[in-house]
Amino acid sequence: MSVISRFLTSRWGPIITGISVGVLAPLLVFWGNPGNMGICVVCFTRDIAGALGLHRAGVVQYIRPEIIGFVLGSLAAALAFKEFKPRTGSAPLVRFLLGMFAVFGALVFLGCPWRAYLRLAGGDWTAIFGILGLVVGIGLGIVFLRMGYSLGRNRPAPKAVGWVMPAIMVVLLVLLIVEPQFGRDAEGNPTGPIFFSTTGPGSQHAALIISLVVGLFIGFLAQRSRFCTVGAVRDAILLRDLRLLYGVLALIVAAFVTNLILGQFHPGFAKQPVAHTNELWNFAGMALAGLAFTLAGGCPGRQFFLTGEGDADSAMFVSGMLVGAGISHTYSMASSPAGPGVFGPFIVIAGLVVCVIIGLTMREAKV
Amino acid sequence: MSEIKTVDARGLSCPQPAMLTRQAIHKLEKGTVEVLVDSATARENVSRLAKNAGWTVTIEDKSDGSSRIVLKK
Repeated sequence: MSVISRFLTSRWGPIITGISVGVLAPLLVFWGNPGNMGICVVCFTRDIAGALGLHRAGVVQYIRPEIIGFVLGSLAAALAFKEFKPRTGSAPLVRFLLGMFAVFGALVFLGCPWRAYLRLAGGDWTAIFGILGLVVGIGLGIVFLRMGYSLGRNRPAPKAVGWVMPAIMVVLLVLLIVEPQFGRDAEGNPTGPIFFSTTGPGSQHAALIISLVVGLFIGFLAQRSRFCTVGAVRDAILLRDLRLLYGVLALIVAAFVTNLILGQFHPGFAKQPVAHTNELWNFAGMALAGLAFTLAGGCPGRQFFLTGEGDADSAMFVSGMLVGAGISHTYSMASSPAGPGVFGPFIVIAGLVVCVIIGLTMREAKV
Repeated sequence: MSEIKTVDARGLSCPQPAMLTRQAIHKLEKGTVEVLVDSATARENVSRLAKNAGWTVTIEDKSDGSSRIVLKK
């Protein structure tokens, strides 16, 4: 066991994780997940928000087992290697806001960094503008880091605090399996508490057990290897450290090859699955997301993996993502394949302003 | 005996522990730097960064789960 762990914490760890994600994500599409969306951490959080009734966009509602697996797989790894350390207190409120704005931006692009790379590897060239935006957003975050930006220190928390997020995930798994329905309205529509799409991307999913096992496996690997799709770019620019970047490159190459083998590589700009062709807002949406992720210390996947280690600050970020997804789809901020939503451009600009203010004002308190 | 510079990176999120270490060893060029961290990720990142910059790294793990990383050049 310790040999495997040493291997995963070495420079090979992110590469092994990247290859695993790159092979498994297109396979999940093959097994039923939406196109180029084998894994999309933001989209899946959005689907969970919809399933819980936090938004009523009927086509994107499902409790994604991959996310549950991410947290519980990371928890298993953290417990096995004595890295389960409940902690909190590093500006939780700001992290909540950053989670919200990261999702606002990502849902204008229609994907998190994971999906941006997976879309590229599926031949969706509109992802290029998103990835460019992501890099610019991360670059802006680095400028703030160099200026002394910090959300301050966390501190050890009671053990029970670290178990809250895993417990929520277990509850989600129970809701997914039991699918409780309290009744139907006059038109025969379910009144909840759980909503599952019958059409659209939310209705497309691999079998529960497959998605859950893939999530657990990736969660375990990523906790050990510290895989992060935003840290990859950040560390390469800021620290000249390419360890995580090799992981992302491995992901793209592995996903490209797997898509080719499965007949899922369709190069072009137009008519890509769950994507739109507006270059400007693909770019700007991801710039906002990249900035917010960088200010919060990592990509959405990494935030979920950290909750498995007991990090309650990451859990606040993830909660912000969930609420942000609800708001995004309730107030026409999220894009659709037709293009940006009515308030999409507005929220991207507002989000950039808020994140720049956060970047300029947050400094470690001197005691 | 030359002075030991201390970087206290306990409780800070990525990439700050590695960033603060990088700033400290860049300024110093030679000498001894001790870095205090309390997460496995920071412990790995700081050690890797220092090794890549040609510093020798010694790690003392403490019972409270934190580590003292001593960098020498």
